[in-house]
Amino acid sequence: MPPAGSSARSEASDDNPAMTAGGRPVAIAARGWGLRHPGRREWALRGVDLDIGAGERVLLLGPSGSGKSTLLAALAGLIDPSGGAQTEGSLLVDGLDPRLARDRSGLLFQDPEAQIVMGRVGDDVAFGLENRCVPTDDIWARAAAALAAVEFPYGMERRTDALSGGEQQRLALAATLALRPGLLLLDEPTANLDPDNAAAIRDVLGRILERGGATLVLVEHRVDEALGLVDRVVVLEAGGGVVADGSPRDVFRERGTELATAGVWVPGLPPPTPERRRRPPSETVVMADAATYRYPGAPTDAVAGIDLQVRSSEALAIVGPNGSGKSTLALLIAGLLPPRRGSVLAGESLYAGHGHEPIAAWPARVLAGRIGTVFQDPEHQFLASTVSDELLLGPRRVGLDPAAALRRADELMERLHLAHLAHANPFTLSGGEKRRLSVASALATAPALLVLDEPTFGQDRRTWSELLDLLAALRDGGRGICFVTHDRPFARALADRFLTLGARA
Amino acid sequence: MTTTGRTTWRTVDVVVAAVVAVAFGVVFVAWNALYVAATPLFIALPPAQAILYGVWLLPGVLVGLIVRRPGAALFGGFVAAVVSALIGSQWGLDALISGALQGGGAELAFAIGLYRAWNLPFAMLGGALAGLAAAIHDLPVYYPETGPDFWLVYTVATVVRGIVIGGIGAWLILRALVRTGVLADFAAGREQREV
Amino acid sequence: MELIRPVNVDADAPLARANPVAKLAAAAILLAALFASLDGTTALVILLGLSVTIRWSGIDARSLLRRSWPVGLAAVSIGLFNVLFAVEQVGPIVLELGPIRIGAETLVNGVGLVLRLLAIALAGILATATTEPSDLADALIQQLKVSPRFAIGALAGLRLIPLLARERQTIALARRARGVDAGRNPIVAVRMAGGELVALLVGAVRRGSRMALAMEARGFGAMPARTAARIQRMRRADFAWIAGAAVLAALAIGLSVALGTWRPLLG
Repeated sequence: MPPAGSSARSEASDDNPAMTAGGRPVAIAARGWGLRHPGRREWALRGVDLDIGAGERVLLLGPSGSGKSTLLAALAGLIDPSGGAQTEGSLLVDGLDPRLARDRSGLLFQDPEAQIVMGRVGDDVAFGLENRCVPTDDIWARAAAALAAVEFPYGMERRTDALSGGEQQRLALAATLALRPGLLLLDEPTANLDPDNAAAIRDVLGRILERGGATLVLVEHRVDEALGLVDRVVVLEAGGGVVADGSPRDVFRERGTELATAGVWVPGLPPPTPERRRRPPSETVVMADAATYRYPGAPTDAVAGIDLQVRSSEALAIVGPNGSGKSTLALLIAGLLPPRRGSVLAGESLYAGHGHEPIAAWPARVLAGRIGTVFQDPEHQFLASTVSDELLLGPRRVGLDPAAALRRADELMERLHLAHLAHANPFTLSGGEKRRLSVASALATAPALLVLDEPTFGQDRRTWSELLDLLAALRDGGRGICFVTHDRPFARALADRFLTLGARA
Repeated sequence: MTTTGRTTWRTVDVVVAAVVAVAFGVVFVAWNALYVAATPLFIALPPAQAILYGVWLLPGVLVGLIVRRPGAALFGGFVAAVVSALIGSQWGLDALISGALQGGGAELAFAIGLYRAWNLPFAMLGGALAGLAAAIHDLPVYYPETGPDFWLVYTVATVVRGIVIGGIGAWLILRALVRTGVLADFAAGREQREV
Repeated sequence: MELIRPVNVDADAPLARANPVAKLAAAAILLAALFASLDGTTALVILLGLSVTIRWSGIDARSLLRRSWPVGLAAVSIGLFNVLFAVEQVGPIVLELGPIRIGAETLVNGVGLVLRLLAIALAGILATATTEPSDLADALIQQLKVSPRFAIGALAGLRLIPLLARERQTIALARRARGVDAGRNPIVAVRMAGGELVALLVGAVRRGSRMALAMEARGFGAMPARTAARIQRMRRADFAWIAGAAVLAALAIGLSVALGTWRPLLG
């Protein structure tokens, strides 16, 4: 049984061996290595020649789909040859086939929720230790040490579903470190986190690496924030091998522009901000008056007493720390949740032809024609089995005649570069394509107001730029844009006004 | 449509089987809550339960069709019932017994197919046997007084629901999932591409 | 639905600390007795015995009563159904309302059935509500030698319950935003429900695949055996729970037989 009431804030001394970051650092050697996933025609990577010495810290870069995750999974020994994957060349971790060196490496993924296996914090860290047959008597001590190393703020009995994304990622890091890996592989560990939590994780990582000395291979597309952790950059190309390898300064000098075009966030090369154009006059489309909402069974209000106005020809950014109720407020504005107290009403230009009842009471068909909502996860909104059907669905629901609906769908596909995917199933699209499709399907009903929840979440530089240009153009054309975001540069580039929500007590 | 299946379960087989079953459990608890709230005087008539009951026969068959290994259907039915015991049902252990029986019914169907037939007819057989198993549990527990006529009607109704919802329904859901490409790691997903 | 458990449980109570497999075995014995007996006497004795046990279970009785109204309602409805649609109305007719006739003995049998269902529910919930799922998994692995792959795989899936519940709600809202309503048409409602189910399942399969990879990255399945962070033992108290259940079952049936009220399921 774990010590009752154990908190992870136990004293951490640097000469305590259980506190070091990992085991003996290991080296990596790849010679002409390549891999093709089962059922695919193209090779994910081919002809990779790479040497990483013990204790080195490397940033792995490349455009989306360039096989970075594949390489990490292979280094972790997780590629199962009997599953149909084809490999060539050699890949060695600590001089061994990765599958034999699995206990030397630890791999951290991007999605915090998919890495937490157990319902309680302590159990999750203990999970890996149980798998490695660590004796029962040592398990809880090592778990406590690992949690202390990542400065985990809660005790071992804490429920994992009550943790924020940042805390979950911290827990996942602790669970990995408890196994004392000599090779730490991090696959975009902060991509799903807000800036504050991302910075916190990077800080903790920095401190751990300083103390410990494991070899690090990091994949991260927000490069300038990752540079503090690494001293070498390796660039991969899709279907190929290493195309650049050296110090960050050298690599970015040689290939900076190329990488930026391919979607990597190169430091010193910010994406262009759209110029402001003249716009049609602005009118109020949605007004909230003392709007308050509390989720059923929750102890406190998610949103309390908010007054705001959303206007056409204008972009409003809703910002604030984690848990401040931004997404809930967006749902209230979009008419998807009814306020418990206060009101959320439409302005005259928006309710014209329907009636002055609260937006939350509008039938879905009316709502879709006037307010388009884009959710954080595009897959939550997919209804049809092909991209073109997805775009035809909305217009048909609001009563547009088939010919006009078809024209509009074609226009949107052209504008958002989805025409070549017209017959593909929406779930099979790439992350950026799904995002564009979800925006397109919200626009298909020609709503006057567009509400977006974290539109740039997990997107690379190219999609980020495209979204920025698209939304700016819509705003300049007279639509109202209301968006929730953690992404400060995006908000600064697009928003005309800000609404900042306060932190929860 | 047959496959020579391997009988060793990979980690992804177990976890996806569990998560699919859990997803069903979550959805059904939600629908149940809705149903109970909407009909205050619930006289437990089979027709009134129709769709709602039939969907409990789904998880076993669907998990079997996705994972295609011995024990998959039983596992799926059982885990879905565990969800209900945890968050929805106040019946506790009895819900687990029910779920295990229904999953076991589906399992029997796939066993009859020697774990090589994962097509619509066997899905329907799975649904039918899951329904039969459900009836075998329900009648002695809930309707012991009502006599052979009612028992026959109830059993037939549950088996039919099993075939339609548990069998055909599971089949349709499988096809929809295959089209989304999310089953690429599974034999079911790869088959579609060859066709 | 954010709560994992229907009722709040004090984890230090005797029953909560008992070995999960012992609890299941005890409950199974009682369920077997209840399945086999249709009469109210057996059910009442077991129900009383279980009610006494609540004090040691760590379950707050008040909150249990409050959360159990659906079960109570279901039990009464089912009992009523059995009375109205019994094969034959036995005993002097006590109620006559149009085509409905209810015999005295049939009514008594109906009451017995209600008690039986309540006892089944209470026995079931005492076993499951007082058990932490990971402890149950550990006990299944250690006591019953269930394969860790399945027990822990199931546990990993269960841990996603709150997340999937939230996603289900989001998906429903997302559909409203796209203009898709449940409406009155039942066929449309079924198709919509099917669509929501598929959307949720896609997310579930994706997360499950990623989780499996993460589990393997932490060594799951790499070695033929694994150690356990928490050791589950069968102590004397655990055997006592099982023995106690057997005694209660025997007492209940015995009393019922002695009073001549026992109605076996078969026969």
